[in-house]
Amino acid sequence: MFNTTVAWITLRATLSRRRALLFALPAVILILLTVALKASHPPMQLWPSHVLGTFGFSVLIPLTALIIGTSVLGAEIDDGSIIHLLATPVRRSAVVVTKFVVATGLTVVFAAVPELIAALISGGGSVPGPGDAGLVPIGAGSFAVALFTGALACAVIYNAVFVMVSAATTRAIAVGLLYVLVWEVLLSNFVSGVKLLSVSHYGLGIANGLASDPALEAGLGVLTSVVMGAIVTVAALALAMNLLSSFTLKGEPA
Amino acid sequence: MTTIELRNVSRWYGNVVAVNDVTMSIEPGVTGLLGPNGAGKSTIMHMIAGFLPPSRGELTIGHGSSWRNPDVYRQVGLVPERDSVYAFLTGEQFVVSTAKLHELPDPAAAAARAIALLDMAEAADRKIATYSKGMRQRIKVAAALVHDPEVLLLDEPFNGMDPRQRLHMMDLLDKLGSEGRTILFSSHILEEVERLSGTIQVVVAGRLAASGDFRAIRRLMTSRPHVFTVRSSDDRLLASTLIRGTPIAGTLIRDTSAGRPAVTAVELTRAGLQVRTSDYGAFCRDIAVLARDHDIRLREVLPADESLESVFAYLVAD
Repeated sequence: MFNTTVAWITLRATLSRRRALLFALPAVILILLTVALKASHPPMQLWPSHVLGTFGFSVLIPLTALIIGTSVLGAEIDDGSIIHLLATPVRRSAVVVTKFVVATGLTVVFAAVPELIAALISGGGSVPGPGDAGLVPIGAGSFAVALFTGALACAVIYNAVFVMVSAATTRAIAVGLLYVLVWEVLLSNFVSGVKLLSVSHYGLGIANGLASDPALEAGLGVLTSVVMGAIVTVAALALAMNLLSSFTLKGEPA
Repeated sequence: MTTIELRNVSRWYGNVVAVNDVTMSIEPGVTGLLGPNGAGKSTIMHMIAGFLPPSRGELTIGHGSSWRNPDVYRQVGLVPERDSVYAFLTGEQFVVSTAKLHELPDPAAAAARAIALLDMAEAADRKIATYSKGMRQRIKVAAALVHDPEVLLLDEPFNGMDPRQRLHMMDLLDKLGSEGRTILFSSHILEEVERLSGTIQVVVAGRLAASGDFRAIRRLMTSRPHVFTVRSSDDRLLASTLIRGTPIAGTLIRDTSAGRPAVTAVELTRAGLQVRTSDYGAFCRDIAVLARDHDIRLREVLPADESLESVFAYLVAD
């Protein structure tokens, strides 16, 4: 299913576009924000969970995955170069899976790893202790590992969705941006029922399963998050494969 | 030997019919798919190449359909019209990667052979971004040929090529066709097809207007007079020379297919001469010689109605 030549071309194509300069932008903002908050706040605060959890999972990771996920397939469809891949015996399913793996790998580098670094810089989260015990610290290491694991899951699921969106429409960036801002940022944080279909909450659910940090405000349990995340990933990739198998070039009407 | 068959193929977009009930058989050898812009050539090409399903009818390459069938590309090479290649790769990287995608046993050797065939060895280590349009077109053809396909589909392959590159490409396609491959190329330029193809399929307004041997169809086309506007240093002398010829042998422009005088009427107007000729090529070639022999300086030779649309309209009306 994984084709190394497709992966090599995809990686070269993705990193050679001007859009690649944007990959690191959300991560740089997150790390600078973390450094500023760390410098300006005393220890034992809830901000690391809010900033790295809510902001990181519903803004940083989806935006990074959107830019990357739509680059690996959508940009090639836009400029027509995809035809050189598709006019070969390589299965369309292999093209989708390979591009998805490349996009996920890049998103891990540009979003999940920065989450890990920011979590380590923050010194770890703090949770309210029992009774009047005040805030109890979570070690930076376990907090960072939990967030990194949740971010990995988000990178996988978001990229499956954005690769599918790229195969479905030539306006993948606009559709993806609308989805992130309306669904993931707005509705999933204010309408409880939407959490079941929110990728950021799958990631938060998995991170919370490891860190047991209520300040992450995970709306779903770890098991639900894993199962729903797997279903969404498989369904999105299956749909993307089917769409790419029916990829058409439009001729001019008479 | 692989044949492309279209049986009652139609393709429409909503209410717009792009291709209407086309039946054709494309045999081994070189076949030109000819028609004016917007006639439906690209739609037919895309359907044959497996990038568009027919709305109705049946289309096969060999014994299989090309739609949703990647295996067909083991015997098909495609050169798309759109100038979209991986500009960040070198020509060699592009062709080698295509060879790898075809799972060839020795991708480097296959790529070297295809690159040499297209006379691109010297530029192969340069990035495609630095190539001229003609060079990009040639490296696309090299990639399409890297797996030695039975069928080669080329959508407007001569776009952007200079005359030398065109001749080289025409010779190559001629050679590939004579080896028994099925070569189908589309073009809206009559002279390209004339030079290259023995068999043509003429598409006008989504319908197959003519099909078969080029010369027979060309005769139909050329029986329609071509009109030129000519300005010269001595229009009156040129007019009489064009019509009467001179006692000097060979100075009368002759229709190459019919052998009779090619110029059928000359009208002296304020804007110059309006000349009607039955042989476009012979007139363009010989008027310069005729003018030189009579010390006439040509200032302008313009085809007045040489749009393909009007040629095809004439053909369809026949």
